[in-house]
Amino acid sequence: MEPFTTHTGVGVPLRRSNVDTDQIIPAVYLKRVSKTGFEDGLFAAWRTDEHFVLNQEPYRAGSVLVAGPDFGTGSSREHAVWALANYGFRAVISSRFADIFRGNAGKQGLLAAQCEQHDVEQLWKLLEAEPGTEVTVDLRERLVTAKEFTAPFHIDDYTRWRLLEGLDDIALTLRHAEAIDSFEAGRPVWKPVTTLA
Amino acid sequence: MGHTLAEKVWNAHVVRPGNGDEPDLLYIDLHLVHEVTSPQAFDGLRQAGRPVRRTDLTVATEDHNVPTTDIELPIADPVSRTQVETLRKNCAEFGVPIYQMGHDEQGIVHVIGPQLGLTQPGMTVVCGDSHTSTHGAFGAMAFGIGTSEVEHVLATQTLPLKPFKTMAINVSGSLRPGVTAKDIILAVIAKIGTGGGQGYVLEYRGSAIEELSMEARMTICNMSIEAGARAGLIAPDETTFAYLKGRKHAPQGADWDAAVAAWRELRTDADATFDREVDLDADTLTPFVTWGTNPGQGLPLSETVPDPERIADENERTAAEKALSYMDLQPGTRLRDIAVDTVFLGSCTNGRIEDLRAAADVLRGHKVAKGVRMLVVPGSMRVRQAAESEGLDKVFTEAGAEWRSAGCSMCLGMNPDQLKPGERSASTSNRNFEGRQGKGGRTHLVSPLVAAATAVRGTLSSPEDLLAGPSTSTEDLLAGSSTSTEDLV
Ligand code: SF4
Repeated sequence: MEPFTTHTGVGVPLRRSNVDTDQIIPAVYLKRVSKTGFEDGLFAAWRTDEHFVLNQEPYRAGSVLVAGPDFGTGSSREHAVWALANYGFRAVISSRFADIFRGNAGKQGLLAAQCEQHDVEQLWKLLEAEPGTEVTVDLRERLVTAKEFTAPFHIDDYTRWRLLEGLDDIALTLRHAEAIDSFEAGRPVWKPVTTLA
Repeated sequence: MGHTLAEKVWNAHVVRPGNGDEPDLLYIDLHLVHEVTSPQAFDGLRQAGRPVRRTDLTVATEDHNVPTTDIELPIADPVSRTQVETLRKNCAEFGVPIYQMGHDEQGIVHVIGPQLGLTQPGMTVVCGDSHTSTHGAFGAMAFGIGTSEVEHVLATQTLPLKPFKTMAINVSGSLRPGVTAKDIILAVIAKIGTGGGQGYVLEYRGSAIEELSMEARMTICNMSIEAGARAGLIAPDETTFAYLKGRKHAPQGADWDAAVAAWRELRTDADATFDREVDLDADTLTPFVTWGTNPGQGLPLSETVPDPERIADENERTAAEKALSYMDLQPGTRLRDIAVDTVFLGSCTNGRIEDLRAAADVLRGHKVAKGVRMLVVPGSMRVRQAAESEGLDKVFTEAGAEWRSAGCSMCLGMNPDQLKPGERSASTSNRNFEGRQGKGGRTHLVSPLVAAATAVRGTLSSPEDLLAGPSTSTEDLLAGSSTSTEDLV
């Protein structure tokens, strides 16, 4: 997982609240056998509408999504995070995230930055007045900036640390490889193996 | 203070204790893999350039998608075929042993683990499948995990986890003839609800549990998840050891003695306390069936479809109304009057040899009712072989049932074995969710005995209905129904 310190990219205003995981990626896209390629399912229903924000230049190439409250509710599917990340998003800004989504995002290197709703509204106005405006999300300082706009965002210390270090769950566990080795050395010899001698 | 069985198994697997918000790092003794929840996990390893840490503690099989007829032909459905082929490629690339379709050891992942002797007391067992709780029947801590956890276990053979709470399910007395483990667990779920076990590992104990065979114990632990629990387990005893002895992966010789000595320690200490205890009396249990769309919506077969108006809890009332409308049932209808068009005998809940024997005993000398289709799907190819060597296949086919190859089949309808919209089944599987067995299909969960009797009569029935006829059944009399039973036969 790539460390996340700061990211600057085109901001995408998504004026919707309660964006659930079915809207982020509908179930029909879940039959894949890879962890990549989910970008085509991202917001699939909305993208059939030519006025949808991601169908317009220069938002199309956006990498910072600015959404309404309660983002990522619904089923626990990890595909929602994969779809956003596969599309090219590095950060989502919202005033409220669903817990499971927030957890999944942190594990996959996608920053879920929680801002006050009035700051989100200001960002929306800015991004709509000047399409293509770049937004900077600085994880070290926990700050969102765009032109003259600056606002703090919230993220818990543990997730921030993991993102800064670029540690996924597995990398975290592998830091304890020695403990695993010594545990294995002490396992009873009669425990079964799946291979036959 | 003493420890519960669950705590003992947990503590013996802590690689590194967590502190505060940090979870324990738990070692995993056995990782079972199948085609549906593993592809992205292997893909994640590939992307990160990580190997499988312990291929020798990992084993794969093909079950959820596989057809149960014409198994020598390529799988027709492209999505199913891709998943199965991807599993084969991944296992070859990463060196994981696999039992493919057509192999003697192929079968439902939760049937083959115990059958191979891979599931043993005191182990930690995981699989990307919620019914992994099945393996708890051996006194193992066994639970289902998600795809990123599958990747985690493949890469590290460990999982970061917070300990589960413990609940004792005390089942006293003895089961009466015709009443089975399936009826115990359906009664437990109806009692504590589908969310009642949330966050807990359940330990089933008491005389009625001790009297059960390993197959029956697996049926019970299998459905722990339907009560919302993470896992369910039963202390190992002589029945467990006798089942394991001589199996392919069971310890041999001096190892066997050492293992059994260690397994004998796996009991909840007399002074240990559970976070919660629930009591059930096996003496009073009768065959149970579900009437709704979750496994907690069940009642004794002698009862009638409940009236939502009389349910006090508002959420439960709404759930019951929705369920009855989906199931197309009227309050007050006797459960015995509900006619089915399909009977499914199989799944990781009731697809073992003992289940097939019990059903065959009921069917022998009878015919499947007109207009009813009965599917018998053994849980594994070994179960299929064993059944054939005992002539059970003949009993089924002579009665008019279909005799199939091993797999999950109609339990979840990922393969062609599905209910059509509006069709109604009596099913020995574990989930009666809307659309589970096919879009618009209606499912009644039952034991193998009830499944077989239902196949013969065409309406939900117990074996005693076949012997005595409906009007003299004591259960019917006790039910005090005013409906005439004449129109049933
Ligand atoms: S038989 Fe049913 S419950 Fe069991 S593993 Fe297969 S699909 Fe899951």
